[in-house]
Amino acid sequence: MGRVEGKVAFITGAARGQGRSHAVRLAEEGASIIAVDICHDVDLIAMPLATREDLEETVREVEAIGGRIVAREADVRDSAQLEAALADGIAAFGPPDIVVTSAGVVPFVPFPTMSEATWRTTIDVNLTGVYRTVKAALPSMVEAGKGGSIVFISSGIVFRGGGLVVDYASSKAGVVGLMRSLALELGPHGIRVNTIFPTNVLTKMLDNEVFGAVVSNAVNEGRPFESREQRVEAMRGMLAARNMIPLGWIEPKDISEGVLFLASDEARYITSESLRIDLGFGGK
Amino acid sequence: MGSTVATGRVAGKVAFITGAARGQGRSHAVKLASEGADIIALDICEDLPFAHSPHATWADMEETVRLVEAAGGRIVARKADVRSREQIDAVLAEGLEAFGKIDVVIANAAAIAYKNVLDITVEEFEATLDVNLHGVFNTVQTPVRHMIERNEGGSIILISSGVAYRATPSPDYSAAKTALITFARALANELGPNRIRVNTIEPGYVLTPALDNDKYGERTAELLGREPFASREEHRAAMWDQFKPRNMLPVGWVEPEAISNAVLWLASDESRYVTAEELKVDAGFADKSA
Ligand SMILES: NC(=O)c1ccc[n+]([C@@H]2O[C@H](COP(=O)([O-])OP(=O)(O)OC[C@H]3O[C@@H](n4cnc5c(N)ncnc54)[C@H](O)[C@@H]3O)[C@@H](O)[C@H]2O)c1
Ligand SMILES: NC(=O)c1ccc[n+]([C@@H]2O[C@H](COP(=O)([O-])OP(=O)(O)OC[C@H]3O[C@@H](n4cnc5c(N)ncnc54)[C@H](O)[C@@H]3O)[C@@H](O)[C@H]2O)c1
Repeated sequence: MGRVEGKVAFITGAARGQGRSHAVRLAEEGASIIAVDICHDVDLIAMPLATREDLEETVREVEAIGGRIVAREADVRDSAQLEAALADGIAAFGPPDIVVTSAGVVPFVPFPTMSEATWRTTIDVNLTGVYRTVKAALPSMVEAGKGGSIVFISSGIVFRGGGLVVDYASSKAGVVGLMRSLALELGPHGIRVNTIFPTNVLTKMLDNEVFGAVVSNAVNEGRPFESREQRVEAMRGMLAARNMIPLGWIEPKDISEGVLFLASDEARYITSESLRIDLGFGGK
Repeated sequence: MGSTVATGRVAGKVAFITGAARGQGRSHAVKLASEGADIIALDICEDLPFAHSPHATWADMEETVRLVEAAGGRIVARKADVRSREQIDAVLAEGLEAFGKIDVVIANAAAIAYKNVLDITVEEFEATLDVNLHGVFNTVQTPVRHMIERNEGGSIILISSGVAYRATPSPDYSAAKTALITFARALANELGPNRIRVNTIEPGYVLTPALDNDKYGERTAELLGREPFASREEHRAAMWDQFKPRNMLPVGWVEPEAISNAVLWLASDESRYVTAEELKVDAGFADKSA
């Protein structure tokens, strides 16, 4: 008997990284998965996003452990796409019990040169995208009348200043306000809303040349790294100093364990909670 | 029970729990034992003059022992006062003798005067801090030394309270419980390099003997400005109606097991990178506009 046996989980940003890990972990514990991801790059976001092949890999990994999954390409900036993907998922498994908003972008642009278009893109994906995701899922959850668990993925950056992330930090802090008010409104329906704040996770969001340039400016006098290994090692040193437990980053599965706990009935009385999974970053 | 290899989410770990004779402490002991842990338990099993409500008894502790063993766990249970380092260390020595190590500490014991700021004396105020704050310091220091020496990390869980976020008419208790949060943060920062994690849990209302007793019933009737309750059931119903509007979820209180689920998660390796965290298990109490 899995810890989320028989439940249905709707996960955004599920083609790779943390979102994929949540899909596999929840499936392992008995949930059916409705997975969406944009599967192409976004204007003004320099780093590559997931691909169609990535989403197929998520499907493969979920099915390999005996899980069930409906995966669709959908952009969290487009409600119609989200609703269409959900409709397919609901037809297969029924309405979601669990919603996990993992889709996100970070442009890493300095404030003085940041365009309003870049700012708007980040807010549109990371904050309004979360609003749209909940909007799309909620009617079927309320109608089913079984309560539910919504888990937002914010960021530890909300608790500490960070360079080149004014748009990202604002979007992720906005999610906290969204959580509290939504938790209050949805409490009578038995729908819980919580937020997880990860410290750094070595996914493609950090393990790329855009963030590499940020690290190089911070610790390598702007000189490019000779290899990925060198870049990752520099990153490790720079990031470890910010955490109470002096590691550079944690694994996607560490976030998935938090998602699983909040999604399960073990957390049936936890709502409006800000859960940091962050090596002590937020308190340091 | 045979001597099979333990399975479960905290299999093979040893957990030290204070205030374990009844209420939440007992629930944590049983939950962790059912997931494979061995338990070192203590409780004062005696009333304290300043404290408002009666404390646990030794018969309560015997029931904890029975339930832990029924769940397949092993337990060393002793009568001890968290205000006394000597008494704590004696229990820990016996626990270490039996199980060889300590992986998890749950500082759960607490007492409360239940008096308004104008009525409480400085002696009563100090008496609460003695149990709820100094008692926690006493509870964790020896295990921390052991964990550092053993060098395999550890998980320390301090039971704070939702009163850290919202006003209640108990200045002594509120001060002590809120101090635990900054105490935990400082401890987490210092012990991070040793992979010892320190977190707090902030329960909302939980129906345990701390609330579910006749003296608390008298206090509730007084606060509500009504005549005494005719029965425990009537008191419970009044409390449910009194507390429910303060929570986001439509319940008056949560069960001890709901807190134990969070304890289990923080005790297990599933949360191996969670430290300095304040985990609210409170039906949305802390964040609700009053
Ligand atoms: N990696 C970290 O260090 C870190 C730290 C704190 C928080 N986070 C957050 O964790 C979440 C997961 O990030 P990750 O680390 O797995 O990075 P990731 O880049 O691997 O995953 C993000 C996913 O979101 C998808 N996505 C982007 N825009 C989308 C859109 N408009 N519609 C649908 N999907 C879209 C991407 O294709 C990608 O698959 C993000 O919300 C991120 O902000 C990450
Ligand atoms: N019940 C609630 O609504 C609530 C809400 C928030 C926080 N809490 C906290 O949860 C924890 C558990 O409380 P509970 O609800 O199970 O109440 P409880 O009164 O049933 O349990 C507390 C236990 O601590 C023991 N104790 C008291 N003083 C002691 C001392 N000096 N040394 C050793 N043991 C001592 C008592 O005998 C009792 O068994 C406490 O820290 C309490 O402050 C409770």
